[in-house]
Amino acid sequence: MKKRKKLVGLERRKAIAGYLFISPFIIGFLAFMITPLFRSLYMSFCNVQVSPSGNTNTFTGLSNYMQAFTIDTEFNRLLTEEISRMCINSLAIMVFSFFVALILNQKFKGRALVRAIFFLPVILSSGVILGVETNNALLASVQTMVEETTNTTSITTAVENILITSGIGVSAFRQVFKIVDTIYDVAIASGIQIIIFLSGLQTISVNMYEAADIEGCTAWESLWKITFPMISSLFLVNWVYTIVDFCMRSDNELVEKISEQMIGYINYGFASAMSWIYFVVVIAIIGISSFIISKGVYYYD
Amino acid sequence: MIKHKDEKISKGNFWERNRKSGGYLLRKTSFDAAYKVVRFFLLFGMCFLILQPILMKISVSFMEERDLYNPMVISVPEHFTTDNYLLTSDFMSYQSSLINTLLVSLTIALLQIAVCTLVGYGFARYNFPLKNLWFACVILVIVVPPQTISTSLHLHFRYFDVLGIIKLIRGEELNLRGSVLPYYLMSAGCMGLKNGLYIYMIRQFFRNIPKELEEAAYVDGCGTFMTFVRIMLPDAKPILTSCFLFSFVWQWTDGFYSKMFLGNLQLLSTQLSVLADRMDVYVINVLKNPGGASVGYTNCIVSTGTLMVIVPLLILYLFAQKGFVESISSSGIKM
Repeated sequence: MKKRKKLVGLERRKAIAGYLFISPFIIGFLAFMITPLFRSLYMSFCNVQVSPSGNTNTFTGLSNYMQAFTIDTEFNRLLTEEISRMCINSLAIMVFSFFVALILNQKFKGRALVRAIFFLPVILSSGVILGVETNNALLASVQTMVEETTNTTSITTAVENILITSGIGVSAFRQVFKIVDTIYDVAIASGIQIIIFLSGLQTISVNMYEAADIEGCTAWESLWKITFPMISSLFLVNWVYTIVDFCMRSDNELVEKISEQMIGYINYGFASAMSWIYFVVVIAIIGISSFIISKGVYYYD
Repeated sequence: MIKHKDEKISKGNFWERNRKSGGYLLRKTSFDAAYKVVRFFLLFGMCFLILQPILMKISVSFMEERDLYNPMVISVPEHFTTDNYLLTSDFMSYQSSLINTLLVSLTIALLQIAVCTLVGYGFARYNFPLKNLWFACVILVIVVPPQTISTSLHLHFRYFDVLGIIKLIRGEELNLRGSVLPYYLMSAGCMGLKNGLYIYMIRQFFRNIPKELEEAAYVDGCGTFMTFVRIMLPDAKPILTSCFLFSFVWQWTDGFYSKMFLGNLQLLSTQLSVLADRMDVYVINVLKNPGGASVGYTNCIVSTGTLMVIVPLLILYLFAQKGFVESISSSGIKM
């Protein structure tokens, strides 16, 4: 009896210590997350008037959402564009980073250098730098202008022309070219994913491959039977990370529009409504896709 | 005896060994060689793809305006100049912004990592009621895009108040917009840029430390907090370094929080995003050219500005490359 009471005491002390350790998070979460989250949800149903004396919310029901979907000319287009871009890019990033991780896991000279270069975009293409590069309409126009005036033919356009004039499967080629054209975006967005895959690949024991090899397994078969299942849990991590990362990028046109509405036009209600729609769609995609992926995840232990 | 035979085979000439293996050796060697060549070109191409924009920016930043429109000049400038750098540093007020950015990124990163370490440690090593609920909240913080709550955060800090106390004293709420304080407060509460991710990574690391280490410390009379400081922290150095580096770098280039909370402070990231407009104003007002800056020249100045923002990071990366890459792999991120 006495012993049990003591254990409860120790457990209680540990629980208190645990709460003390995470208390900054709890305070921050309640103060800067929950309140703003609910307030922004409430504001999305309101017409928000900001005046020097304070802001007044008049409840208007779904009108902000109606405005986003039916009145605003850009929103539907931007939403579908961003979502489809997100899905295609995330898929491409997954494939690309898995492929690169497979190569970087092999032994060759200069591996450290190559790894450093692949990781470089995590540092250099984050935040505002990415936005400056891609979101400047001015720069986009100059790019095409310079290309036209200097008349330099890139090798891809040459290949493209040859393949298209040959007349075989023109529309299929166009899809492929679209993906090839975005390879730079994919490459610079997959730094972290490559490292995560690499760390997973390095935990797979070599014995497994050797055993498979002795049993007559080809490299291709052991890729599917050993490598894939062993790092399948990392696919889930990477997938979620990729989508979340994509939502926060500053070259996202929808996000641009939201912050423009908020800061430029001080239209808080409408901006909140738009960001909530976006958030719900993204959460739905993450939820559904990670549910599907987690069905296929294999846990070794 | 067997060993002797092996040596003989390995010393024998290639074709003989090939013949003995029934052509397998030749096939394998040539396949390996071809694979190596293909891999080299693939990797070289991809590395070039990543580096090319930076190299291009470097070459453009040394060009005069007429070089930009000269079709003969592609990557080596004909009229070498460093005027672009002077002009850009003038537009961005480079020196003061650099110092500001350095100070803000350093203090924010230190604060964020200190707090996230505490929280991550608490999640990894202690059992307490509602632990899973709170951890779900961490996941929520990772997943919620800051844009969703940005609107109301804006207002939250415009009329800042803690339970009505400030209103009671001053008669009105504090306006914290435009000051640095809100962002420091948020960082202290783990709500800064990607803080959920740091908590997650640090937690993963601390979970892998054996329990015996902690128990031994308790038996020897080490208190809860001293165990954390003296036993756990020294072990966690690599993961903390990498989280710190990430936090520093992402804060350096961050545009979102900087624009929202630190708008009045001259930071490199915010200066960079208005560089093109500054350039236009300068050409119209100072050079009296009503057409504004030419697109090519604006491009050149923006490239120079981008370079000037990332050069400090590049130097950091050169020295701390291991810190960035190695410790993510060691933290063992798994779900």
